[in-house]
Amino acid sequence: MAAQPSDTLATLKTESETLKTKLEEERAKLHDVELHQVAEKTEALGQFVMKTRRTLKGHGNKVLCLDWCKDKRRIVSSSQDGKVIVWDAFTTNKEHAVTMPCTWVMACAYAPSGCAVACGGLDNKCSVYPLSLDKNENLAAKKKSVAMHTNYLSACCFTNSDMQILTSSGDGTCALWDVESGQMLQSFHGHAADVLCLDLAPSETGNTFVSGGCDKKSCVWDMRTGQCVQSFETHESDINSVRYYPSGDAFASGSDDATCRLYDLRADREVAIYSKESIIFGASSVDFSLSGRLLFGGYNDYTINVWDVLKGTRVSILFGHENRVSTLRVSPDGTAFCSGSWDHTLRIWA
Amino acid sequence: MSGSSNIVAMKKIVQQLRFEANINRVKVSQAAAELQQFCVQNALQDPLLTGVSSSTNPFRTQKVCSFL
Repeated sequence: MAAQPSDTLATLKTESETLKTKLEEERAKLHDVELHQVAEKTEALGQFVMKTRRTLKGHGNKVLCLDWCKDKRRIVSSSQDGKVIVWDAFTTNKEHAVTMPCTWVMACAYAPSGCAVACGGLDNKCSVYPLSLDKNENLAAKKKSVAMHTNYLSACCFTNSDMQILTSSGDGTCALWDVESGQMLQSFHGHAADVLCLDLAPSETGNTFVSGGCDKKSCVWDMRTGQCVQSFETHESDINSVRYYPSGDAFASGSDDATCRLYDLRADREVAIYSKESIIFGASSVDFSLSGRLLFGGYNDYTINVWDVLKGTRVSILFGHENRVSTLRVSPDGTAFCSGSWDHTLRIWA
Repeated sequence: MSGSSNIVAMKKIVQQLRFEANINRVKVSQAAAELQQFCVQNALQDPLLTGVSSSTNPFRTQKVCSFL
């Protein structure tokens, strides 16, 4: 006799609940200590003096995204007004400017070679612009459309070469693309809502990346197979930003639930929460200092909180922006970090 | 409402959960110790942590340098 469809569905649902419980039990068995307890013996951090050292002005509207060039001095940033600007952060000069055909350019990235930038947003695409040495040349003329999603582009980043780009989208998926042909090499399905952010694992760790979304979940993906290898669901709201710990063994996330959290990949669980009762606005963007000891978080209350990753305490709070901090990245050599804000500016802190 | 597509979706979820439940994990104490060790080993090479002086941090110099 054929099984009733409703019975099979019910059986599967029960099995899924059982497996979820088993997953939590397996994780709990290994939860023998808290990270901050292990860190009790670590020397406490001293006072931090970090100030705005440069202010980059020129965007006509909210800055939504930024990325550093590997040369540690150039920065690409994108804005709600459709402009993408390449800056020399040392001199604050604008080196290139492109006007996108859409507003809300939510994503931008510098190519590893420093010779191109990628960007996209409400156009649902990710486009690559080769950067010309000739300042008068119209960059838009050489534009190459690479990725096509069915909803907004939320984040993009080049893999280890200029040849491939990883994207995340409001359509709930991530994808890996070949820049030259525009072909999709792999797609990543598993989020139940918009994917808002992604980060590539440090090259020594292998071919994985992490993504975070409006389903409150963060997922670690195998780039070759498209499979989600680990997922975490402890945030209470949208995850706006994810960033790998420098060793590649953990990652941090920032969320609208006003917390940042650290997940260890080998322990397969959340190992720290960075929060305070006084912090009630969402964290939009996070990044680590070079050693992983400091976690910088940009928040919707216009501040940047600096956290001691091991001890779980806040070591500094930085004021300066006059509206939400929407994006934040530490420079490749760790000498400074840059924040972008809805106040139309970028600030370099050191 | 399509019964069979719900079942296909649920099967995928169950498969994924089975996969995730079976991965190898280490104890938090070991994982935490390794995170801490990484921080300590790299602390001196972390300019934002150690507070690099003005002479070596290009962003802290008062004058704008031109690089030849």
